[in-house]
Amino acid sequence: MLRFLLTRVSLVIPTFIGITLLVFVLVRLIPGDPIETMAGERGIDPAEHARLVHEYGFDRPVIVQYGLYISRLVQGDLGRSIVTHKSVIEEFSSLFPATVELSLCALAFALLLGIPAGIIAAVRRNSIFDQGIMGLSLTGYSMPIFWWGLLLILLFSVQLGWTPVSGRIAVLYFVEAKTGFLLIDTLLAGDIDAFWSAVSHLILPAIVLGTVPLAVIARMTRSAMLEVLGEDYIRTARAKGLSSFRVVAVHAFRNALIPIVTVIGLQVGVLFTGAILTETIFSWPGVGKWLIDGIARRDYPVLQGGTLLIGTIIMAINLIVDMTYGLINPRIRHQR
Amino acid sequence: MTIEATPASAAAKAPSGPTHPFAEFLSYFAANRGAMIGFGTIVVLVLLGAFANLFAPFSPIDTNPQAFLKPPIWQAGSVAGHWLGTDAIGRDMLSRLIYGARLSLLIGLAVVALSVTIGTILGLVAGFFRGIVEIAIMRMMDILLTLPTLLLAIIIVAILGPGIVNALIAVATVLLPHYVRIVRATVIAETAKDYVTAARLTGAGSLRIIVKEILPNCAAPLIVQATLGISTAILDAAALGFIGLGAQPPTPEWGTMLADAREFVLRAWWVVTFPGIMILITVLAFNLLGDGLRDALDPKLKR
Repeated sequence: MLRFLLTRVSLVIPTFIGITLLVFVLVRLIPGDPIETMAGERGIDPAEHARLVHEYGFDRPVIVQYGLYISRLVQGDLGRSIVTHKSVIEEFSSLFPATVELSLCALAFALLLGIPAGIIAAVRRNSIFDQGIMGLSLTGYSMPIFWWGLLLILLFSVQLGWTPVSGRIAVLYFVEAKTGFLLIDTLLAGDIDAFWSAVSHLILPAIVLGTVPLAVIARMTRSAMLEVLGEDYIRTARAKGLSSFRVVAVHAFRNALIPIVTVIGLQVGVLFTGAILTETIFSWPGVGKWLIDGIARRDYPVLQGGTLLIGTIIMAINLIVDMTYGLINPRIRHQR
Repeated sequence: MTIEATPASAAAKAPSGPTHPFAEFLSYFAANRGAMIGFGTIVVLVLLGAFANLFAPFSPIDTNPQAFLKPPIWQAGSVAGHWLGTDAIGRDMLSRLIYGARLSLLIGLAVVALSVTIGTILGLVAGFFRGIVEIAIMRMMDILLTLPTLLLAIIIVAILGPGIVNALIAVATVLLPHYVRIVRATVIAETAKDYVTAARLTGAGSLRIIVKEILPNCAAPLIVQATLGISTAILDAAALGFIGLGAQPPTPEWGTMLADAREFVLRAWWVVTFPGIMILITVLAFNLLGDGLRDALDPKLKR
């Protein structure tokens, strides 16, 4: 087991170094002088410029510069935003809970609808349900979610007036941030009105962000279930007189779970890509919108630091998913 | 329906020997209703795009000062001639959508052509020569796969600057790892087989073995992945256009059109609805075609 863990971790290290290299090169490839870029529109006086060039080590060889960058990185220094002058890591950690809250709700939406839909489609194979669900899920998979968001706003916010158009909570509520998750914070504060305000703000973005994962999970559940339902032990279970609900829910579904869990793990990157677009449409104050704003303001430290942090988080999640398989399934552990 | 009769008639025509692989592929493909719908839609879109100047009633960038934000023809207040209404500065929606088809299909094809070419070369090199070259290439692909696709595309556009060509390069880079992995896996599987050893024994050089013996085996998975890649490319390019990093106004690109339309979501549903429907239809058509091709080309799924 230890050997399995060590192999997996050692595979991640080159990828991590690669990402730091990519992010390091990013600022170097952007046309123009990095100090002037950092100073922004107002410009900078020559003495200050020379001092900063020396401080950031731009007068040293590139390899030394990379070393300096890594040593700052190890100390948790990812630079400061050009616009707000706050440290990148501080801004990121204050916005990240909003993205996580949105992503978790989107994933919950996708799982709650996708798994039952996939099971029904598999059990009623080739029926009208099956064809309908598969048609819908291919449509969901093909959906330009930035347009889907606008469409839902058009319908539910503009026409019906059911949900707010943007933000996380109505401005009249102030909730002390304990966990950073508004759904939990409002409940901890005992403010039910604020909680419902947060829910009404969350519902459309979560549906939009959950659409593609929903489609993928429904398709995967169906094909995993179809494979399992053809096995001998399912016939045995039926033959010994178990109810068809028990056969499907307990015997088949449990064994179909492994490929389904794999696909859920793969949705992390998909969710993040979707979060960038969803947060932009709904003005959701998370890291996705922060990055897009960073590009518009040419805030390169934000882009650089944000990319590194997101890449690292995704890598860590993939690693954890990988290791979980090793724990669940000994056959994976003993490969290679 | 004639479509359903095809497999039986194809089998009836060849009683003496095995069916030609291509005829077999055609019969499987024609029996797949979804794939045929996707294929038909793509043919229509290609014709629309290719002859956009004939189909479009107006120029996609000329403005009509008499018709700002006019609704489609079936709604009150519409202007004759503008079938799907006009946008905020009086451009004809239908004409922009038709020219948009040309642009999106070209983007999809160009991205996939670029990605497949470079991906095939890298995959062949990695799979055939192995060793340090392979490790370097595959680690690079791992990095590209680790970052969320849109974030990676955004970084690349941030370096190169916004615009349609740079967006195209960014999306092609994002798609690259899939092709490299497919080709490398096929090459490694095929190199171990006897016919490659036989070719080597008869004195064939590395280049000849790669091009003549191994490459044809990569064709089927590559065709499937390329078709699905076109849908991803169109979707990602539209997303970049939507966040202002892809095609720049006044280019009639669907994603860029949606970005312009965002501020009118409260009072002009048509400028928001139509470009998205076009993206959805196009992407769905390529996904249907890709799924159909995979089912028809993959021998494991047959029957």
